[in-house]
Amino acid sequence: MRRWLANVARLGVKELASLAADRALSVLILYVFTVSVYTIATGVKTDVSDASVAIVDGDRSALSRDLGEALLPPHFRPPVAIDRSQVDPAMDRGVYTFVLDIPPGFEADALRGREPALQLNIDATAMTQAGVGGGYIRAIVQRESTAFLAARGEAGLPVTPVTRAYFNPNLERVWFQSIMAVLDHITILSILLVGAAVIREREHGTIEHLLVMPVTAGEIAAAKIWANGLVILVAAGLSIRVIVQGALGVPIEGSLALFLFGSAVYLFATTSLGILLATVARSMPQFALLAIPVFLVLNLLSGATTPVESMPPVLQVLIQASPTVHFVKLAQAVLYRAAGLDVVWPHLAVLAALGSAFLAAALARFRTMLAQAQG
Amino acid sequence: MPSADEAPAVRLAGVTHRYGRTAALDGVDLEVPAGAAVAVVGPDGVGKSTLLGLVAGVRRLQAGSVAVLGGDMASAAHRDGVAPRIAYMPQGLGRNLYPTLSVAANVDFFGRLYGQPAAERRDRIAALLRATGLDAFPDRPAGKLSGGMKQKLALCCALVHDPDLLILDEPTTGVDPLSRRRFWHLIEGIRTTRPGMTVLVATAYMEEAERFGHLVVMDAGRILAAGPTARVLADTGAATLEDAFAALQGRREPPGPPLPPRPAAAPENGGDGEPPAILAEGLTRRFGAFTAVDGVSFRIGRGEIFGFLGSNGCGKTTTMKMLTGLLPASAGRAWLLGRPVEAGDVATRLRVGYVSQSFSLYEELSVRANLELHARLYRVPAAAVAPRVDEALERFGLAAVAAARPAALPLGIRQRLQLAAACLHRPEVLILDEPTSGVDPQARDMFWRHLGTLSRRDGVTIFVSTHFMNEAERCDRISLMHAGRTLAVGTPREIRESRGAATLEDAFIACLEEAGGDGEPEAAPPAAPSAAVTPAAAPPATATSRAAHPGGLRASAGRLFAFAHRETVEILRDPVRVAFALLSPLLLLITFGFGISFDVEDLPFAVHDRDRSPESRQFIESFAGSRYFRERPPVSDDADADRRLRNGELRLVITVPPGFGRDLLAGRRPEVGFLLDGAMPFRAETTRGYVEGIVPAYAQDLARRTTGQTVAAAPVRVETRLRYNQDFRSAVAITPGVIMVLLIMIPPMLTALGVVREREIGSIANLSASPATVGEFLLGKQLPYIAVGLLSFLSLTGLAAVLFGVTVKGSVAALALGALLYVFAGTGIGLLVSTLVRTQVAAIIITAILCTVPAINFSGFLYPAATLEGAGRLIGTGFPALWFQTIAIGTFAKGRSFAEFVPEFLVLFAFGVAFLAAACRILTKQEA
Repeated sequence: MRRWLANVARLGVKELASLAADRALSVLILYVFTVSVYTIATGVKTDVSDASVAIVDGDRSALSRDLGEALLPPHFRPPVAIDRSQVDPAMDRGVYTFVLDIPPGFEADALRGREPALQLNIDATAMTQAGVGGGYIRAIVQRESTAFLAARGEAGLPVTPVTRAYFNPNLERVWFQSIMAVLDHITILSILLVGAAVIREREHGTIEHLLVMPVTAGEIAAAKIWANGLVILVAAGLSIRVIVQGALGVPIEGSLALFLFGSAVYLFATTSLGILLATVARSMPQFALLAIPVFLVLNLLSGATTPVESMPPVLQVLIQASPTVHFVKLAQAVLYRAAGLDVVWPHLAVLAALGSAFLAAALARFRTMLAQAQG
Repeated sequence: MPSADEAPAVRLAGVTHRYGRTAALDGVDLEVPAGAAVAVVGPDGVGKSTLLGLVAGVRRLQAGSVAVLGGDMASAAHRDGVAPRIAYMPQGLGRNLYPTLSVAANVDFFGRLYGQPAAERRDRIAALLRATGLDAFPDRPAGKLSGGMKQKLALCCALVHDPDLLILDEPTTGVDPLSRRRFWHLIEGIRTTRPGMTVLVATAYMEEAERFGHLVVMDAGRILAAGPTARVLADTGAATLEDAFAALQGRREPPGPPLPPRPAAAPENGGDGEPPAILAEGLTRRFGAFTAVDGVSFRIGRGEIFGFLGSNGCGKTTTMKMLTGLLPASAGRAWLLGRPVEAGDVATRLRVGYVSQSFSLYEELSVRANLELHARLYRVPAAAVAPRVDEALERFGLAAVAAARPAALPLGIRQRLQLAAACLHRPEVLILDEPTSGVDPQARDMFWRHLGTLSRRDGVTIFVSTHFMNEAERCDRISLMHAGRTLAVGTPREIRESRGAATLEDAFIACLEEAGGDGEPEAAPPAAPSAAVTPAAAPPATATSRAAHPGGLRASAGRLFAFAHRETVEILRDPVRVAFALLSPLLLLITFGFGISFDVEDLPFAVHDRDRSPESRQFIESFAGSRYFRERPPVSDDADADRRLRNGELRLVITVPPGFGRDLLAGRRPEVGFLLDGAMPFRAETTRGYVEGIVPAYAQDLARRTTGQTVAAAPVRVETRLRYNQDFRSAVAITPGVIMVLLIMIPPMLTALGVVREREIGSIANLSASPATVGEFLLGKQLPYIAVGLLSFLSLTGLAAVLFGVTVKGSVAALALGALLYVFAGTGIGLLVSTLVRTQVAAIIITAILCTVPAINFSGFLYPAATLEGAGRLIGTGFPALWFQTIAIGTFAKGRSFAEFVPEFLVLFAFGVAFLAAACRILTKQEA
């Protein structure tokens, strides 16, 4: 056992030296955990902003003007007044996501309490904006018209809803995106780094050389896992501290230590998966062609883009085999909701089990892979 | 050297060629008479290949002048003009062949490249294959041929267009002696029938060069001597070329002293009770249907130097791998130092050292660090590591380079480092797999002296493989290997004498002939190939095909088709690429389609009802009845709410205050708390939207029940019209965009591999040497990938219809034309990238980033293009994806007609043409 640890340690140190000598990879790691996290957190939009709106104002009244002026940045661009005949072609070309059509006599009818209707055309192919943005516009229309009519008596709800968001009071997307970007990058890099390391050793023949020495395949794999995993863990930890908490100013309520522990277990699973993929591929390009769909699927179906409960039931069951799903749940629980070990231990257990399964499969394929390289 | 009345075929004057700071050629002057057979000899790395590359027009001339077949090779027009008269076979076994293509398909490709009509190609292929004895297996993939056969096939490819100048770069390196001899017979036969053909050959085998009429002796980028062979030998007063070379080099020292004989007591067979160092009995290894090693048996005594002599691919490496436990044997057994070889046997491994064929230490670690890593892994005691490493550095002459990285060292020193590493733990057995392949003679000599010391002084058993005869002579005993079998075992002298041969090579050839070759049929006797390959077979066709070149749209289209056809066959033979091309888009469409969903439903919520009145229950009922919400057991207190939000069980907690019912009835508008899980802002926003929708509905309901009449909850109504996607399904909105993203991701990545792959394999030399233009080459490569892109477009639209019910509402023709142009533009990006980068991995990664980032972020995929501003807008409009997205959404969801997309078509086409043009400009036919 001591010898095992010593060999794994030595090989791991060698792995670190190799990584340090690879300029391109070092730059990639640095870039991914700094610039990339920052730009994704601040740049990628999932909420409604800058939505393009047009108004067909058939009423030209004070109320219709008020409505137009109430659609404000950052959610909306200043509405453009268009003619009714322009509505269809413009929406066909996707120029406007929302078109508000206010009929003549709208204000007058409202004043008379006739409850007039205006039409809100929504380009429902713009999914990210259509639902939430449509809700905003409806709320704004109600609010403005209520305020407009305030002098004339009252209309209002019998119940006053007071909504409050827990964990992220202003629902700032940066809080969410930044952490999820870190998670995405952990997945991508851990698979790429370890897989590339295995393939590189195979292409250079060094892995055969190691296997002729008194070193076992298990030791080689373990060394790659800890060394590459450690590098990514440190990079991810620093990224959260410096970029997410520092530069982006995202408060983290939960325990960073617990998150990093969870990441370590997750890295065990993904690096093992990386080794497994590398034993299947016959060359570096083949590995890339295999790995890219794998991490795309893992990341897209992780629950970081779309909540797991929104997926079809069959898929919800299938993706339980994805380590990323459990990691995202763990990370969200720990970092956003400050959950403790008592809450996340099942995820840790699943991650450890998946990692062991990947590793066992990878080791089983190890020698087959060398035999294949010959044929 | 040239006869007065005939212009030389090749003339070089003052040619200097540099790679970075090293000069490969240094002021070379040379003339090659037309119709001569010239051998360029010299060890590896002296500039032979560079010289031949310049003559072939494959490399760009840096300084000096090169005239070939009566024109200046610096002129592109002349190069294009003479290309059909030159044949060039680059170095490396089958380097210009396409390994997955069949024998016939390889020759056919070259025939097409030179614009030969189908009938002519058929005749020529038949004649050439017959002449080389390859006609027995025209359908075998080139990659599965033996080394000798590969070279014959490469020769067929070179000869398919009847060249006037045949340039062969080390055509026989690594080929077994019989095949080598046959190869030269073949060349001689061809020369007798085509006396006008000039042949320029580089070789590292001195004895081969002796059969050529003319010699060019090179060393360190300069020509030491050139002229008729007899004169070169006479001038140096040497008997053999090897001696002549040493004399010319100014190296007069004699080769190392012969090995002292092994002590007489040395037990050859471990007869005195000690088991032999290595014992193999009937070792066999099969890879699928192919038997790499077939029943090999031998016994190696302790302290013996045992050599494995054989050509590339004869099973030497496989045998050694079985002995080290790297490969399990399919049959037979082996013992190392008396113990059976087992994969997991660590104790035996500690007693064995191994040097593999290629350098297999860590390039990124220093020489010392490599040795230290070895020492530690081989369990040298910690205190002994440093002295042991120092001793090894000293002994193998590595002290001066201890801090250097192996990548920077010459091959000879690297091999010495490997030997030093293998000896660090003082093994009893050394297994060395072609340790001197590619190393120059001097360094080889030194390496063998080290082996001698190890064997004689330290008593190490050495099992070494080689394809050099003179190295085999230095072994105590050798085994001749061929096609996986041992032909003979014994001391070099025994083997020579048993065959009555003067040299080991002759003995080997005798053995090979006796064994009937490798199933490689005896090529027809020298006279036959000449007859077969003579232009007589198809002389008029030759004339026409030459006349057709280089102009002519038909010839051009023919070459383009040749490239396209070949690329297609290659793609089809690579299962990983086919799977990636056709299956991964479908997998990703399913993933995206289900994975990216903005439909939020079944949100788990719980109520903290502190009122427990009929009114509060009614209020809660309006939520529980909604399809958006799913009720969970009620919350008992604030701590419970906190806990259940924290562990993710609940997304929403509704807190109804005490006195809710009373206040409600009194019209005091009681406040109800909605506590959202804000961890995922999008979900929280959507939830809030649902809440804001349900409360007014409840209010209306309440009013109807209390007052019995419908009361307006709000002063105005908003009638929402969801256009293009009435059911508001994510799939309808997302799918066209997913198709847009996948079409710009997968085909370009595959295309990007295309050019770089040829560069890595070396087959790009075929472009350099052929009359084809860069444009024909690139477009030829692009066409199959456009087809792949269209296939995946069809499968994606099909799957979208079947799985998500997303069908085309508008013009199908517009969508199809748009997809064609879009794929044309996308694969153009792939081509452009692959002309810019050096490695396949870089090509994949750069293309992936370059294509997916703008496609996902700036092309209206998740977020409408109309919202783009500033840099994002610029990137979006400057990239094809945004334009196709308009077509995709317009035809799938919006039912738009063909004519409306004319601007998009034009822009996409312009993108494609621009990318292709840029790639053509960047890719040059010549190498540096």
